[in-house]
Amino acid sequence: MKDIAIKVENLGKCYRLGAKEEKQDSIVASIADTIRSPIKNYRKYRSLYNFDEADTDSANVLQALNDVSFEVKAGERIGIIGGNGAGKSTLLKILSKITPPTTGKTTIKGRVSSLLEVGTGFHPELTGRENIYLNGTILGMRKTEVDRKFDEIVDFSGIDEFLDTPVKRYSSGMRVRLAFAVAAHLEPEILIVDEVLAVGDANFQHKCLNKMENVAQSGRTVLFVSHNMAAITQLCERALWLEKGHLKQEGSVDEIVTAYLSAGTAGHSTWVPEEGKELIVACEVKMLGAKLNNPNDVKLGSIANFDSPLELQIRYEITKPSRNVKIFYRVSDMSGNLIFTSMDTDSPVSHGHLRDAGEYESNTRIGGFLRPGRYNITIGAKGGVQRLDQFENVLTFDVSSQGCPMVPVNRKGIITPVLDWQIKPAS
Amino acid sequence: MEQNNTQVTVIKPISGWQSLDFREIKEYRDLFYFLVWRDIKVLYAQTIMGFSWAIISPLIQIIVFTLIFGKLAKVPTDGIPYFLFSTLAIIPWTYMSSAMDASSNSLVAQKALLGKIYLPRLIFPIIPILSKLVDFFISIVIVIAVLVFYDVSPTWNLIYLPLFVLMMMAVPAAIGLFLSSMAIRYRDVKFALGFIVKLLIYSAPILYSAQQIPDVYRFFYSLNPIVGVIEGFRACLLGTEIPWLYIVPGMFTCVIGLVLGALYFKRMEKVFVDVI
Repeated sequence: MKDIAIKVENLGKCYRLGAKEEKQDSIVASIADTIRSPIKNYRKYRSLYNFDEADTDSANVLQALNDVSFEVKAGERIGIIGGNGAGKSTLLKILSKITPPTTGKTTIKGRVSSLLEVGTGFHPELTGRENIYLNGTILGMRKTEVDRKFDEIVDFSGIDEFLDTPVKRYSSGMRVRLAFAVAAHLEPEILIVDEVLAVGDANFQHKCLNKMENVAQSGRTVLFVSHNMAAITQLCERALWLEKGHLKQEGSVDEIVTAYLSAGTAGHSTWVPEEGKELIVACEVKMLGAKLNNPNDVKLGSIANFDSPLELQIRYEITKPSRNVKIFYRVSDMSGNLIFTSMDTDSPVSHGHLRDAGEYESNTRIGGFLRPGRYNITIGAKGGVQRLDQFENVLTFDVSSQGCPMVPVNRKGIITPVLDWQIKPAS
Repeated sequence: MEQNNTQVTVIKPISGWQSLDFREIKEYRDLFYFLVWRDIKVLYAQTIMGFSWAIISPLIQIIVFTLIFGKLAKVPTDGIPYFLFSTLAIIPWTYMSSAMDASSNSLVAQKALLGKIYLPRLIFPIIPILSKLVDFFISIVIVIAVLVFYDVSPTWNLIYLPLFVLMMMAVPAAIGLFLSSMAIRYRDVKFALGFIVKLLIYSAPILYSAQQIPDVYRFFYSLNPIVGVIEGFRACLLGTEIPWLYIVPGMFTCVIGLVLGALYFKRMEKVFVDVI
């Protein structure tokens, strides 16, 4: 029953990087250059797509994918992870036939729909209704298919009042909702999805993830690229890890996500300020560094389980005795939303204490209530009256969904605290 | 249920010349229809005059050309009033030049779509060929009005008109296939096209009569299919004898141009996305 849906054999893709422009330093030379340039340009643009054996290892050829092989069974949900430039998008582009591979072969069984962007082909002058049809057919639906699902799509998007308004008058949020609504109603046998969930507001993102989960559960083959490890873990059963165009590892999603995160390509768990920039003049505190640490498992570095906090240590030097020094950090999510700020003077013992010059460290614990995902930490110090200096986004950490008593993706809100409840029969 | 007819796609490196996949184009016909319709719908969005622009702009051209070439330069037109003479040529020429322009720029204009989704790319240069027909059929109003004004009655020659409409569509289609794929790699096309289209008007008997070309050069002159389209249109609508000698060579050029254009397009297709 479980036959192979996608078979990728030794896939490779080269891109030619732009050759460096030569600069002439005399007028005569640059005039001569201008006259010669049409021929040079012609050769340059012509060479953009010709590759031969000798070329593959030359300096201006980029191997975006190199000898990648894997198989996907029908009905399987595969997550593809990897850092920037790992070749994830190139792989999806080849599988969606957008660009041909340089080497290798792929066999795909079944109808493919790929979603590399939401709202492909939307035209601002057309109305919502017209764009549903246009976008639907661009994504591979038949007109009759769009007819059949039209009401559902409108319902999902929640824009029924504006159906006959040109899309250019929509807010950007409405546009995204409409676009995703169309995409969510595709019914291909194989669905290829690039990081498209990273749009829209949090509520709509949850709605989309749920819809994606339904799609996945209905037995369709799904290939899903995302930087959101929580989403990958939730949606996929297996994962591929690409690194610099190579398939580094494949296996069950838990195994791969853990390996990927702990490889350190993920977060920055230590930070030391650049030489000469460590002095915070405002309050005469010199930042020496900071580090994140998982107390349960040192190997995990900056990855926290949902229920076990990370340790944050900030080291600094106070250059002259002071009563006002406050060390703080802020945590913000990857879209830049500030989640909270915490100061070392929040604990009553340390407030207003006179501190001598010298080196100090402030330790704290973060976690227990953060929604699974990735976060940035900004570190700073405050002194005197309204004087404040900070180093932005110097540390990064991930919170996994392990140990989370709820299904965090379904829970609305910025944080997911586990609070104390008492349930008892009413007296 | 549909297990048996699952389609199997094989993706491999592409090299050399490719044949056309007509089955695939049929598969995407709904999309083709919507893209043509989008083009038409969007063209006159947020204008006051709407589709009457399709009449106003060729009409003003005809008036200006009549004043300059008819009244001032007194270009001979075999006894046909210059206004009538130029109307019958400017209308198909307006279609050809605007379709040529839109078709050649089609891929560059749609580059956002090209990089994000797979569609048979061949449809892009073909879309303007169809969508510009709307303007053409509207501007036919001018032709009818002028024919009525000069009291020209229809003849059986009109039977041939569809043939010349087809030929009129083939000219920009062939050029569009070549230039759209070339424009992806060399943006020079965009700059060259602008003035070449303006100059092409002199390559055909639009503002002057074909009789002024010496007979020795007639064959070479008629290899240009625009000559055939214009001569054909005039003869059909005026009811004069159809000058096949001016038309047939251009027809061959058209067919050869279409075939070569499509092959060249397919050959270039694989690099579109990477060099866009």
